[in-house]
Amino acid sequence: MPNIYVPKPSSDTVVYVKDLRTWFPVRRSFIDVIRRRPPLYVHAVDGVSFDIKEGETFGLAGESGCGKTTTGKTILRLVDPVGGIIAYRPRERLLKEWEEIGYHPKFIDQYKSVDISKIPSKYLKPLRKEMQMIFQDPYGSLNPRFTVYKILEEPLVIHGIGETKEERYDLIVRVLEQVKLTPPEEFLNRYPHMLSGGQRQRVGIARALLLQPRFIVADEPTSMLDVSIRAEILELMMELKERYKLTYVFITHDLALARYICDRIAIMYLGRIVEMGNTRRVLENPLHPYTKALISAIPEPDPRYRKILRELPIKGEVPSPINIPPGCRFRPRCVTYDKTTEIQKYCETEEPPLIEVEKDHYVSCWLYGTPEEVRELIKK
Amino acid sequence: MLEVKNLKTYFYTTKGVVKAVDGVSFKLNKGEVLGIAGESGCGKSTTAYSLIRLVPPPGKIVDGELIFEGRDILKLSEEDFRKQIRWKKISMVFQGAMNALNPVYTVGDQIAEVLMLHKHMTKEEAMKEVYKLLEMVGIDPKRAKSYPHELSGGMKQRVVIAMALALRPPLVIADEPTTALDVVVQAQIMNLLKRLQREHQMSIILITHDLSLIAEMAEKVAIMYAGKIVEYGTAEQVFLNPQHPYTRGLLASIPRLTGDIHKLEFIPGVPPDLSNPPPGCRFAPRCKFKFEPCDKEEPPVIEVEPGHYVSCWLHAKK
Repeated sequence: MPNIYVPKPSSDTVVYVKDLRTWFPVRRSFIDVIRRRPPLYVHAVDGVSFDIKEGETFGLAGESGCGKTTTGKTILRLVDPVGGIIAYRPRERLLKEWEEIGYHPKFIDQYKSVDISKIPSKYLKPLRKEMQMIFQDPYGSLNPRFTVYKILEEPLVIHGIGETKEERYDLIVRVLEQVKLTPPEEFLNRYPHMLSGGQRQRVGIARALLLQPRFIVADEPTSMLDVSIRAEILELMMELKERYKLTYVFITHDLALARYICDRIAIMYLGRIVEMGNTRRVLENPLHPYTKALISAIPEPDPRYRKILRELPIKGEVPSPINIPPGCRFRPRCVTYDKTTEIQKYCETEEPPLIEVEKDHYVSCWLYGTPEEVRELIKK
Repeated sequence: MLEVKNLKTYFYTTKGVVKAVDGVSFKLNKGEVLGIAGESGCGKSTTAYSLIRLVPPPGKIVDGELIFEGRDILKLSEEDFRKQIRWKKISMVFQGAMNALNPVYTVGDQIAEVLMLHKHMTKEEAMKEVYKLLEMVGIDPKRAKSYPHELSGGMKQRVVIAMALALRPPLVIADEPTTALDVVVQAQIMNLLKRLQREHQMSIILITHDLSLIAEMAEKVAIMYAGKIVEYGTAEQVFLNPQHPYTRGLLASIPRLTGDIHKLEFIPGVPPDLSNPPPGCRFAPRCKFKFEPCDKEEPPVIEVEPGHYVSCWLHAKK
């Protein structure tokens, strides 16, 4: 009998998320308002659960619009969720700081996790030091009018790190050395346009690193870079992870890349996780029809492929996240659904939960357990 | 069918001459797919624009020959080129063209415009042809009445492909035809291109930074670096037996879905500034096999095996 995935904190869990929902309201017209039409929402993240262990690289993968970036931003409270739990286990440093500004967080489990979706925004600032983000676009995420020095000094000033200018200067020089922009003095006075894409992304990493975070959300950090330098940035990120015991959420659309750097991966579709588990296991033995389709679509640098047309076991297009199809949300595109008549009644009516098919490999599909079995499990 | 000889396209900027394409030569047979790969700024798009003579100013084709169906099309006047060659004989799927569709015209009208201007069809005749074209690229002909914002990215890209095929040209240049599309849609578009290429015996020049896509389609592959072709050969030769250190580095830097997980490699450094390229081999500053002659003199083009050309001093010595 399979198990249902429920995020269970353990002593080495840093972050876990339970039934996270982030919806964006759709702008209503005047007529909608006077006719009292119900408000509509874009269900960007719609019931996502996972847990991340200390020192792990957790991949969030999927096509554009699947909610992977919104999930990442919600964990950092850059976007506010409408429901669910985001549990984070703060370090002593953060607890002390909260104490100082008069905030006494409520612990939600025995490991002293705090539900950061409930923290009032005025107490979020100290949390920012713990949780940082590396952005996708190294061209758009650095202020073009600031020098590298100013870009990196800003977080220090905001968080009151380094009393004097000299202290801050030393910190900045040190972080530039860490991201291998050497000699640092040469880069301090440059503007972003004077740097290459790879160098800019290093500045982005340096900025995230500067506040000594524990947890970093990296949103497609290499997708805008040329292939030949991608590996260099990834290697740097992995090296920094080892050295500073960081935990990463790595958002990517490139499954082949995820295979090289993520310990575990979650494949998202239309705001939900459809498959999750050990990266190699998921990619080498994909179980969800969507994951199978995604993997079959990835081109490989092997000239044998040119003689064949790729078979893509998927139909149609991604539906709008405003009107999510009832039942399994992948059903309208699912080729397996068409072929497997005996489970169709489940697919049409009920959303499948994440079912454990093998150890640490969860799939959200009625092929791997009927609703009756699932209800039985939930009762237990 | 097409022979490019020593093509040079320079940009005359206020900061100096940028040699974006600097002596590119290749041959393309009828019904063949040539892939041109390289990283951003290597001159692959400029090469494409040069082939249909649409190099944006301050760029200029300064030298070379483009022999197409037996005559040098660089010698034609702009008027003749537009009337006889551009779109009729050589058309192009521009990078990001799907976002350049006119938002206030239906997609059907936009495809019909090509036919009305070039073939002097009436609107009715043109629309009939449009339905055929849409069907060919896998879009329901009823969609001819849709505006671009009503279509998904994949469908817009199909429309752009339909436009390029409207006059059934023997040669189509596809410049990054799938960037900004998701993998599933990308695979669908690549399948479409493959199918059309086979059915219509078209020649395609596929330009992309993604070597995997080239492997999906191209029979011949040219790897460009800093305005020059550094390696050229059949897909098998280039992918399975790469000879230039740059090609090898590129191939080793691509993460793969199958096989062992080796360490991903990278090529240290950045491509040179093309307004002031290094003397000698342009890849030398980033090359780990660099030796004495590399910095001094440009490497010759060497045929390492029949049809497989490499521009590298490592092979000149042998």
